[in-house]
Amino acid sequence: MEPMAILSIFVLAVFVGFEVVSKVSSTLHTPLMSGANAIHGVILVGAIIVADHSETNLELGLSIAAIILATINMVGGFVVTDRMLEMFKGNKK
Amino acid sequence: MSRTLYDLIGLAAGVAFILALKGLSHPKTARRGNLIGAFGAGLATLVVFFYANPGSSLPLNHLGWILGAIAIGLVIGVPAARKVQMTQMPQLVALFNGVGGGAAALVAIVEYLHLGVEATTAEVIFTVFTVIVGCVSFSGSIITFLKLQELMTTRPVIFPAGRFIIAATLVSVIGVGGWVVNALGTSPLLILAGLSLLFGVLFVLPVGGADVPIVISLLNAFTGLTVAASGYVLDSTLLIIAGTLVGASGTILTRLMAEAMGRSLFGTLFGAFTAKPQDVAAAGEERPVRSGSPDDVAILLNYARRVVIVPGFGLAVAQAQHTVRELADLMISKGIDVAYGIHPVAGRMPGHMNVLLAEANVPYDQLAEMDEVNPTFGQTDVAIVIGANDVVNPAAQTTPGCPIYGMPILEVNHAANIIFLKRSMRPGFAGIENELLYDPKTMLLFGDAKASLTKVVSALKAL
Repeated sequence: MEPMAILSIFVLAVFVGFEVVSKVSSTLHTPLMSGANAIHGVILVGAIIVADHSETNLELGLSIAAIILATINMVGGFVVTDRMLEMFKGNKK
Repeated sequence: MSRTLYDLIGLAAGVAFILALKGLSHPKTARRGNLIGAFGAGLATLVVFFYANPGSSLPLNHLGWILGAIAIGLVIGVPAARKVQMTQMPQLVALFNGVGGGAAALVAIVEYLHLGVEATTAEVIFTVFTVIVGCVSFSGSIITFLKLQELMTTRPVIFPAGRFIIAATLVSVIGVGGWVVNALGTSPLLILAGLSLLFGVLFVLPVGGADVPIVISLLNAFTGLTVAASGYVLDSTLLIIAGTLVGASGTILTRLMAEAMGRSLFGTLFGAFTAKPQDVAAAGEERPVRSGSPDDVAILLNYARRVVIVPGFGLAVAQAQHTVRELADLMISKGIDVAYGIHPVAGRMPGHMNVLLAEANVPYDQLAEMDEVNPTFGQTDVAIVIGANDVVNPAAQTTPGCPIYGMPILEVNHAANIIFLKRSMRPGFAGIENELLYDPKTMLLFGDAKASLTKVVSALKAL
């Protein structure tokens, strides 16, 4: 990909990231952190890509380990965030 | 599947992540936001199986291994997330963050092995970055986990010449990073990974217990950036977007948390370098405290007009949220004005108490934030502090140089009477003595918070 295109995506994503969370009450700090934590679990996609093209046993072994860790991060992260937020229901005024 | 379709679906997942973060920022949309995020992540994962990378073909190579690994991850991750106690959620989040950082570092190492001498300089630089930051995030998160799980001391660990050792490690990490970029080769990369792991440990060890949530948030942002860097190496726009979003929002969130605790981010991370080891309040000195019985507490409450309940980590440990609500309801039925004073960082994580009390269906309008409740302590007859310590410790205002100095506190010292429900005289998470415990207007009720509260409730009912 074009370096300039990548830089543009990066800079725009930085500003979007800043904007969406700039006003959050402290009540939601923990679930928000946990949700963001789950989102970076998409490194699972990267882990699958490298597992697909790994040529040696070492590469395959390391990418399998990466897939396991990334799956724990992603799935566990979303489940635990949902559990936190579940506690808030019934409280809406 | 064509590259265009693959990229379009990736873009949709990126949009889902933006909507997820947006949703998570508001109480009413938070749960939906999280589900949108999960949907985006699921979609992104699914679609990888239907696109053949250049030089590869469908179905993916090693498909069995890949699916098996995902199954193992599910078997470990889902039960852990489902069964965890509310009190242990913070360390679980730390652990999930750590394994994410570890995954990013592994992906970078595999890609580096794969590309070999064909890697461009830019790719090698991004790989080096991912390995360093991913490893730091991994080992740092493990240390925060150990601290929160109280498998190791929660106090800052400061060793002689610590700052020089840390600085030297950082310099070697950067030096070896440069070596990898110049010389290439597997051994330098593995040395780099080892040094980075060591640096992560050294970086988190001096952080005091109360500041751990800020560090988790920062490491979370770090992991985000490693994912973005992997996106560059793997030519995946989705990973760049998702990683950058988490990196940016995580940085803002870290700053917000630090502000809520009245800390500068710099002070939190490097405070331990400058702080002298605490002479823990003339340790071992026995001083008289006034302890009371549940009946004493009930009488005090019965004649109060206004009571403020200050919950802390002890409430979470004792799972006493339902009992405390019972006590509050009972007092309200007796015409007493009751409010919960919520410190933003009471417990082990920002918002911890809100989550806990919400579980017991405590009405939202009884929860008062710190700025709201502080001016009212002057008119409060009784402040009940349940398993909280550092967040009400006046040392934060009066003792410059103590680890929590400058942190805003709930000023229960202005209330006419203070009741502390405590398990023991042990100091709080930050490991600082609390003068308030020796105050003549303080009464201590020792024991498990839930058992004590149950006794107070029945005593109050009998009055």
